[in-house]
Amino acid sequence: MIALHDVRHGYGGLPVLDLPDLTVPQGGRLLVLGPSGSGKSTLLHVLAGVLRPDAGRVEVAGGDLYAMGEHARDRFRGKHLGLVFQRLHLIGALTVAQNLRLAPALAGLPVEAARVRDVLAALDLADRADAYPHQLSAGQQQRVAIGRAVMNRPRVLLADEPTASLDDRRTEAVLALLLEQAETNGATLVVATHDRRIMDAFEHRLVLEEVLA
Amino acid sequence: MNALQLALAYLRQRPLATALNVLLLALGVATITVLLLFSRQVERNLAAGAEGVDFVIGAKGSPLQLILSSVYHLDTPTGNIPLAEADSVAAHPAVASVIPLALGDSYHGFRIVGTDSTYVALYGGRLSAGRLWSGPGEVVLGARVAEAEGLGVGAAVVSEHGVSAGAAEHGEPLRVVGVLAPGAAVLDGLILTAVGTVWAVHGLSPEHAADLPPGFELPPPQLTALLVEASSPAAVAIFPRWVNAETNLMAAVPAVEIQRLLRLLGVGFATLRLFGVVLLAAAALGVFIALYNAMRERRYDLAVMRSLGASRAKLLALVLLEGLLLAGLGLAAGLALGHATVEALGRLAAGDGTTLALTGRTWAPAEWGLVALILGVGLAAALLPGLLAYRTDVARTLAAP
Repeated sequence: MIALHDVRHGYGGLPVLDLPDLTVPQGGRLLVLGPSGSGKSTLLHVLAGVLRPDAGRVEVAGGDLYAMGEHARDRFRGKHLGLVFQRLHLIGALTVAQNLRLAPALAGLPVEAARVRDVLAALDLADRADAYPHQLSAGQQQRVAIGRAVMNRPRVLLADEPTASLDDRRTEAVLALLLEQAETNGATLVVATHDRRIMDAFEHRLVLEEVLA
Repeated sequence: MNALQLALAYLRQRPLATALNVLLLALGVATITVLLLFSRQVERNLAAGAEGVDFVIGAKGSPLQLILSSVYHLDTPTGNIPLAEADSVAAHPAVASVIPLALGDSYHGFRIVGTDSTYVALYGGRLSAGRLWSGPGEVVLGARVAEAEGLGVGAAVVSEHGVSAGAAEHGEPLRVVGVLAPGAAVLDGLILTAVGTVWAVHGLSPEHAADLPPGFELPPPQLTALLVEASSPAAVAIFPRWVNAETNLMAAVPAVEIQRLLRLLGVGFATLRLFGVVLLAAAALGVFIALYNAMRERRYDLAVMRSLGASRAKLLALVLLEGLLLAGLGLAAGLALGHATVEALGRLAAGDGTTLALTGRTWAPAEWGLVALILGVGLAAALLPGLLAYRTDVARTLAAP
């Protein structure tokens, strides 16, 4: 689950994020809608524990993120949160399977070969395990990125603009995959987007307005 | 997917930069390894050759040449001295014992030395086959001579005039009666025989007198040099000066001449060392630039790793490991290259009949210092790129367009 209390953040004195209390139950789905510059990425970074807000309390997956030390927060994020970015950020030096194995390895969890196989199979990537990211199509890369995010069975899955550069058909496929993976893993799903095509699948919505200087 | 696999994957991702850095490091390490092995073995060989020899007496000329030719068998002799004068020096109270040397001939570049059995004893020589010579015409081979020429007891060698390979043959074949065990300093590269053998080869034995045409007389018997053990430390200091001033002979002290030689070699060693250090500095800079650029290219990767739960310390360790791996690869390649080079030089020289043995199959203690230095260089070069990784701002990097 996710619970935010009076979270505020700004850059250089300019407020970007000013949220009242917000709660999403475990397994719930939250869509964060808004144009560019409305603070969607800022909110997601705050939720991911990589950006300390100027004020407020952030509870994610049962942990009070910014009450933890940095090292503990890194470990917590690795174990309980899954992140999908707009730019996919696969590690180019590693194969698909190695990119997946990286998630438990860096989180300090045991690397299970069976889990790698299952995730690859679920994403229809079983035959690309030893390929390098640059050898994959854009769609395949997107699936690997989602696979890496769900490897550790996260309790919260965060996706930042996952469909921004995709056509309608791919948008649907990626969205279906995110919903399916969140459901399979019992994860709370948060998707930040300006893409109104995908609104219908979410029971919780948060609409952010553009910040005017 | 541990840190080592990750670091190796990143090194494989840019094979050209990795290969170039490993090559640069290897060349620097090899240069310094050759220097360490070479200087250590040369110094050891020089010291071993002069063991037990307080001074050398020979014909007037260059003292360094006298030492090189009669102790190390590396240069041409300064000339010969009449046996009678040599005997009078040997009888001097300052002299405890002398070893006679008659030089000037060789076989396939290996020098033939006319001497007596005390010369073998001086270097602790032991026979591995046969016996020592007992009269003219019999020779004993040093271990390296026997191995290089494939000769054993019962074989025959023909003396050649002069000390370089390919000189004119003369005299009757000499019979091999013994072979020395290896490890006897300069003896390994020599052919030993009685002084009388050398005289006979040159037609200077008393029995040759009848063959001379009328009006010619046999010249008095000669030696090339005497290796002298002094009767007291004071004699070492005084006697050579007396010989040089009062006789037609020259006395040279090996310890003094070795120091002079090492000073001369030292300039060459210093040049080589400077060259090696410059190579290493270039290699260190190469590793630094490669890692620094890699970190800049990789800042998204680093941010992603942080987002996957890696701590700052883990990323720093990863970059340091990459630096260490590069240094380790260069070090291993350089040590292998350096040892192989010295071994090859040693084999080349052994076939040429030198008495200075060189081998790459040895480890100089100073090489441990080189190992520590190179690994330190790898770590140091990775430190700044590592701090860059350590300070990755995840949110800002991931949000950047």
